[in-house]
Amino acid sequence: MSKGLNLTLKVWRQKNTLSKGEIVDYQLEDISRDMSFLEMLDVLNNRLEKEGKEPIAFDHDCREGICGACSLFINGQPHGPMKGTTACQLHMRSFEDGATIVVEPWRAKAFPVVKDLVTDRSAFDRIIQAGGYISVRTGNAPDANAIPINKKDSEMAMDAAACIGCGACVAACKNASAMLFVSAKFSHLSLLPQGKVEEKERVLSMVDAMEREGFGNCTNTGACEAECPKEISMDNIARLNRKWLSANSFADV
Amino acid sequence: MLDAKIPEGHVSEKWDKHRFKTKLVNPANKRKYNIIVVGTGLAGASAAASLAELGYNVKAFCLQDSPRRAHSIAAQGGINAAKNYPNDGDSVYRLFYDTVKGGDYRAREANVYRLAQVSNNIIDQCTAQGVPFGRDYGGYLDNRSFGGAQVSRTFYARGQTGQQLLLGAYSALMAQVHTGKVTLYPRTEMLEVVVVDGQARGIITRDLINGAIERHEAHAVCLATGGYSNVYYLSTNAIPCNVTASWRAYKKGAFFANPCFTQIHPTCIPVSGDHQSKLTLMSESLRNDGRVWVPMDKDDKRRPEDIPEAERDYYLETRYPAFGNLVPRDVASRASKGVCDEGRGVGATGLAVYLDFEDAIKRDGKGTIEAKYGNLFDMYAKITGDNPYKTPMKIFPAPHYTMGGLWVDYNLMTTIPGLFALGECNFSDHGANRLGASALMQGLADGYFVIPYTIGGYLNNDLPEVTTEHEAFAQAEQAARDNTERLIANKGNRPVDDFHRELGRLVWDRCGMSRSTEGLQDALERIPEMREDFWKNVSITGTSGEFNQVLERAGRVADFYELAELMCRDALTREESCGGHFREEHQTPENEAKRDDENFAHVAAWEFKGDDAEPERHVEQLEFEEVKPTQRSYK
Repeated sequence: MSKGLNLTLKVWRQKNTLSKGEIVDYQLEDISRDMSFLEMLDVLNNRLEKEGKEPIAFDHDCREGICGACSLFINGQPHGPMKGTTACQLHMRSFEDGATIVVEPWRAKAFPVVKDLVTDRSAFDRIIQAGGYISVRTGNAPDANAIPINKKDSEMAMDAAACIGCGACVAACKNASAMLFVSAKFSHLSLLPQGKVEEKERVLSMVDAMEREGFGNCTNTGACEAECPKEISMDNIARLNRKWLSANSFADV
Repeated sequence: MLDAKIPEGHVSEKWDKHRFKTKLVNPANKRKYNIIVVGTGLAGASAAASLAELGYNVKAFCLQDSPRRAHSIAAQGGINAAKNYPNDGDSVYRLFYDTVKGGDYRAREANVYRLAQVSNNIIDQCTAQGVPFGRDYGGYLDNRSFGGAQVSRTFYARGQTGQQLLLGAYSALMAQVHTGKVTLYPRTEMLEVVVVDGQARGIITRDLINGAIERHEAHAVCLATGGYSNVYYLSTNAIPCNVTASWRAYKKGAFFANPCFTQIHPTCIPVSGDHQSKLTLMSESLRNDGRVWVPMDKDDKRRPEDIPEAERDYYLETRYPAFGNLVPRDVASRASKGVCDEGRGVGATGLAVYLDFEDAIKRDGKGTIEAKYGNLFDMYAKITGDNPYKTPMKIFPAPHYTMGGLWVDYNLMTTIPGLFALGECNFSDHGANRLGASALMQGLADGYFVIPYTIGGYLNNDLPEVTTEHEAFAQAEQAARDNTERLIANKGNRPVDDFHRELGRLVWDRCGMSRSTEGLQDALERIPEMREDFWKNVSITGTSGEFNQVLERAGRVADFYELAELMCRDALTREESCGGHFREEHQTPENEAKRDDENFAHVAAWEFKGDDAEPERHVEQLEFEEVKPTQRSYK
């Protein structure tokens, strides 16, 4: 059995939204390579609690890479070094013995820090409220097979719908733009016939909401796509831009 | 005797007649009623959205930073419906029959029939919302098979069905937030139900960001707060999943039904070490193509690839030729435990069996298998470091779902008038064992298609005006404050998780896949001691007036101790084996579960009688008019 990892952790600690934060160093010994990154933090927190010190606050929920709660900026990358992987699915076998690991919260004006590594991402909910849905009341639906949908379109819609709303795209972007998130939801709905009906209103109101929330503009640098744990494509941004342009350019006749 | 208020008539007519007889709330009056929905998973989000669409004023609460993160999101495999699109013999009646049988005849027929009836509406509704279900090349919806059924009735969105259904319900909820009919309270935990003159009229909550304790008034309260598998510490549930809301309701007078009915899912990734914080499910759909086996010889330590066909024991296929690898979950889990108990388990701990895709890859090609299960294979590889395309997966059973929960009548109302329970947090429709792809169906059935009708019948009673100034609110608030302060004042030196892990191990050993009189009695002695130790020695850092995850966890673990005791008590009293409840004293010569229909064809519903008193066991007799109980056979 190989010995575990010895690590130096540099973690952002911040008491609450209004207080000033700082990086605090922690030494960890004999960390199993089979642990997930969050389990490594559990081990540290367990130690801190035994010492009567406050553990590090971080968001986590399903720990299966699907809920989008985890939001750690690890060594300068959202969710850390492994491509297409959330922090909860990142395992310590991705790190070398003796490594120094810097852990920070998402950094964006629209995602204020709540405590330590926890941020407030309710801006995403408000963008969805602006139009990230198909207006069909319960009971209104026709038979599910009434409208056949081309398999390729359906698969592309699913690719976009796989977004977990974690905010890694915003954290990765130098402009803190939410375009990948917004365009993924827009594309998911737009690629389906059911979603066509409200397409124009949707694109205008979601983009407006995004701007209101204080996210930056997209300058096509592509960091979002590179860091997205669900590998959502930037093609969605192109699709949104086309629709937004035409929605703004042509009259309803 | 508990009155389940099951409507008269043949099972196929009950829901129709009931809807006709239930009084309606006039559209203009709906805006006069406030409804609280706690939890925003499939049941909660669909209920909140649908009730708001009808015109009620809804307040929706969740623990997570966004309603979209509720744990329904992690459901992988699919959702059942009786559409019969594949033309393979399915019908509402067959779905009903399979579910009653799958639940080992411990579910209420009338509820299950209604569930099967509305299953088709769910698929229609979700498709209209834009849920990208899997389709065939003609553009029509595709189906896959799941355990406990011989028809293909499961709709899916890759391996992320729960995510897509939840995002559909969430989007409907967000649309209603936009209209102003729903007010959203994320990062808010319910601590008490407020009961005024015997009726549920509100809740007390804690704002998880600043610790503020708040009062919320309503004409009715719906709990959709999920299951309690985390009593085992290690389970497939999300870390924050808890019993607190249901438990506080129980302590206010809502009966808790069949707490010992828990589901141990057969296909999960085995434990790798003590650091393990949770277990990850590998969807049951994998059993469509994967073959489960262990070596014939318990001393066979060869790599699985090197073990020849003749020296492998495909024990599910041999023992259950009719259903093979697709037997229901309780049967599959118990069989895996059996071969591991014989010493034939594999992997470092000996607590694992193989799930092998070699034959499927040979038959259908790697591409086909990748298209079906790619994301599951990737997830497995990330967690274990093994490549399941090359070497078999290792799997082992893990706690996954709880069939027990708050007792509800046909209207989904608990024994507290005005308090409803939806989805996994009620005891509902799955009897003693839930079939795969039925949880999503039940959550959405309750939220979209049952509660919007039944709640009107209750609201039609003359409900007095009540404000949050009422004495009952003050008392409930004080109770919540006292409990929180009692926890925070505790300055022991042992972390919450250590206590939780210790409790979980005991419950797993004594009230997990296999239960015995001796083990349960031992647990009933030890749990109160462990609870006392917790209250003496737990370390809780920080204060109650801030974001404090330790305090949150401590409050939930405190409730798990009490629940664990009730589970063991229920398991001990139920002197039979059925579904997921396997009492060693009650088994057939082939080691299958042996029911006692004469004495136990009933729901056991427990009434809280005070902290120092034993709870009282009530009985709801189950009548089987359509599906006659027989020894369940999947051979």
